[in-house]
Amino acid sequence: MKRFAELFRAVDQTTRTTKKVAAMTAYFREAPDADKLWTIALFSGRRPRRTITATVLREWAAERAGIPLWLFEEAYPIVGDLAETISLVLPPAEAEEDRPLSHWIDEIRKLSKQDDAARKAGILAAWDRLGPTERLLFTKLLTGSFRVGVSQKLMTRALAQATDIDEAELTHRLMGSWTPDDITWHSLVHAPDPTASLSRPYPFYLAYQLDDPEALGDPAQWMAERKWDGIRGQLILRGGDHHLWSRGEELMTDRFPELARMKDFLPMGTVIDGEVLAWGEEVPLSFNALQKRIGRKTVPKKLLTEAPVILMGYDLLEQDGEDIRALPFAERRARLDALGADLPPEAPFRLSPLVPVESLDQLAEERAKSRELMAEGLMLKRADSPYLSGRKKGDWWKWKVDPLTVDAVMVYAQAGSGRRANMFTDFTFAVKDGNGLVPFTKAYSGLTDAEFRKITAWVRKNTLERYGPVRHVKPEHVFEIGFEGIQPSPRHKSGVSLRFPRMLRWRHDKPLDEINTLADLKDMLTAYGGDSTA
Amino acid sequence: MADLLTFTDRGIYCEAGDFYIDPWRPVDRALVTHGHADHAHEGMARYLATDIAAPVMRHRLGEISLDTIRYGETRRIGDVTVSFHPAGHVPGSAQIRVERKGEVWVASGDYKTIDDGLSTPFEPVHCDAFITESTFGLPVFKWTPQAELAHDLNAWWAANAAEGRFSLIGAYALGKAQRILTLADTSIGPILTHGAVENTNEVLRAQGIALPDTIRVTPDLDLKAHAGALVVATPSGLGGPWARRFNLAGNPASTAFASGWMALRGVRRRRAADRGFIMSDHADWPGLNAAIRETGARKVFVTHGYTSIFRRWLESEGFEAHVVSTEYAGENVDADDEGEAA
Repeated sequence: MKRFAELFRAVDQTTRTTKKVAAMTAYFREAPDADKLWTIALFSGRRPRRTITATVLREWAAERAGIPLWLFEEAYPIVGDLAETISLVLPPAEAEEDRPLSHWIDEIRKLSKQDDAARKAGILAAWDRLGPTERLLFTKLLTGSFRVGVSQKLMTRALAQATDIDEAELTHRLMGSWTPDDITWHSLVHAPDPTASLSRPYPFYLAYQLDDPEALGDPAQWMAERKWDGIRGQLILRGGDHHLWSRGEELMTDRFPELARMKDFLPMGTVIDGEVLAWGEEVPLSFNALQKRIGRKTVPKKLLTEAPVILMGYDLLEQDGEDIRALPFAERRARLDALGADLPPEAPFRLSPLVPVESLDQLAEERAKSRELMAEGLMLKRADSPYLSGRKKGDWWKWKVDPLTVDAVMVYAQAGSGRRANMFTDFTFAVKDGNGLVPFTKAYSGLTDAEFRKITAWVRKNTLERYGPVRHVKPEHVFEIGFEGIQPSPRHKSGVSLRFPRMLRWRHDKPLDEINTLADLKDMLTAYGGDSTA
Repeated sequence: MADLLTFTDRGIYCEAGDFYIDPWRPVDRALVTHGHADHAHEGMARYLATDIAAPVMRHRLGEISLDTIRYGETRRIGDVTVSFHPAGHVPGSAQIRVERKGEVWVASGDYKTIDDGLSTPFEPVHCDAFITESTFGLPVFKWTPQAELAHDLNAWWAANAAEGRFSLIGAYALGKAQRILTLADTSIGPILTHGAVENTNEVLRAQGIALPDTIRVTPDLDLKAHAGALVVATPSGLGGPWARRFNLAGNPASTAFASGWMALRGVRRRRAADRGFIMSDHADWPGLNAAIRETGARKVFVTHGYTSIFRRWLESEGFEAHVVSTEYAGENVDADDEGEAA
């Protein structure tokens, strides 16, 4: 595993993409096929399942390190990663061995079939034969938590350079539900079998946020629709079956069984890009309703009637079994309209209505209606644009509504983990309520590293009280908090919960007595918290 | 009888000798373990420090009334006898031993147990009560051996030099910067220094500490002529506009950070340097434990770092352990100002 560890270190220790790609390209040229296949799988999020619980691993690691378990537990949140904590506390390897990545993965799988005593012996023996990075990686594979700081896009670029295969073509070949067990390096990368890939999705085309509407140029070139607030999905009807993929290449078919009926309404050889939405009386239910469906592998009947879903169709990618992504959007969309136009209302499918485009001002007005229509904003697509893969600038833009904002004061701070270990990054904010303060949200993101360093130094000096890892700090620093939605919440003292809260700005200019009040939040709840299912 | 040393909001106080150790507020008499800014503060009427630590303290604190003492030399102050013993942290750093009628307390300031080749190596001092730091008081911190560190550092520098790029490394101006200088293989190329580092180098050289030749970075230095050099900067220099000059056209500098925190991948990624060298002037977990055991003390006071966790560990090991609140900062990877926390 030394070669793989070398690759991991190389991509982990540099921030330069050219260096990362170079390291991966070299690896894809030199490593054995079985290792290359596993590397593609691991780098694209296809982790082997966890073979062992984290609890016993901690116990074994603490025992091997000769430290009490509580001490291990204290160190873990500071390190911020379980596998890393384990590899750091263990004594150095007794005798290092270099075996291929695929060997260790096989070992891990064998362990899953054994009893606890044999597993423990096997894992302790492995820890004793691996160098520091190899040990970290082995343990991450054991816990099913392997991640690497490389996007799939960069990995595919390196693979393209190493194999001389077109990058877009490779991106498509790597999509879908394959695992290293049912495919070889050769058949995945070099000679894909068309019949084996009936469920394979197309890479999603993603849009950047539009910051400057003037950059659109002539409005006549653009088509617009709502940006719905659900789960982006790709519905595939092929070979008598249907498959539903998420943007993160997760198969969601069983989570939304309603969509099986699409087979009754549309022909095989159809692939649609759309948004899965919880659907009421011809209007979307709030994201809150859909949230109840997410994360459920099987759906109880009650939920199916409470929060039924539909697919809101955006785009047609395949028709009659033919890839039509290269056609202009206007043409694809016309074909989608033709397919979907005459479906009966019981079909779990709607066409995402096109918003007429007349001028930038008129578009801005349409955008301003987004919240009341339960949408996140507008999507703008150039009429002649092909369906590209990945996030690309120029042809598609998302134009989200501005977030809701309140000015609030920081009252609690907690250190982060992982990249943010030992730095105060997780804050709780309060608004005014009469003469007092009411905490109403946490936020973790939105500040620069330099700002986090500054606030960390301040927290250290201005702690009033400590509750375990949480510091109660002097209410002094005011932040503008942005969020996408607000809902009633009986579980929170403030009575509200926010969607996607984050820090927009550190308001050095704002004194404490000018922050927002709980009454302001309640007003927002009345205005935007409409939720028929809550 | 009252404790020999007590912990006040000004610093560690010895009533029997009426002096403070490493006070952070102005007092009449300050015994100072070493010259880092969180231990040697301005405003004391009288200072006492080792002869080796004195030049840097004078350099940093200006005109002060400073008396010096050699390692091992004893001095009577009030009802107590004090002596200073090597702490191995930076050149001249000391543990301060205080004795009254056979009872011995030791305030260790900051220390490390490995020999860095620059500071007088740490010597365990037998005592009844030991005041310790715990900056790296967790079992995940175990330092890379010095030889391996030298190898990794020079391999990184040599690879960059071969590509004609600068190797830019951030380290505290007093201690770690000079440690990097002594580890560097000068056959690879020239060594450039940030002004704050070079100022400290000059002080140390003047007192007879051997350091390799370095070139101070000034606005009129011909950088192209020194392409491939090792550049030793302060942490804030590394992150700021000062460092940009080393990004030659199409050939940006490789950056590295030297700190004990680099043992943690998360922190390494946060600093976003190309390399993180695990190098600290504080004791690692095995070092802290060995040092405390060797004192023979039953009573241990933990001043800074992972204090509550470390206290609990010491108690489980049979010590009577306490956490005391101080303003010592240890090694802080997020302090942009070198002097703020070293």
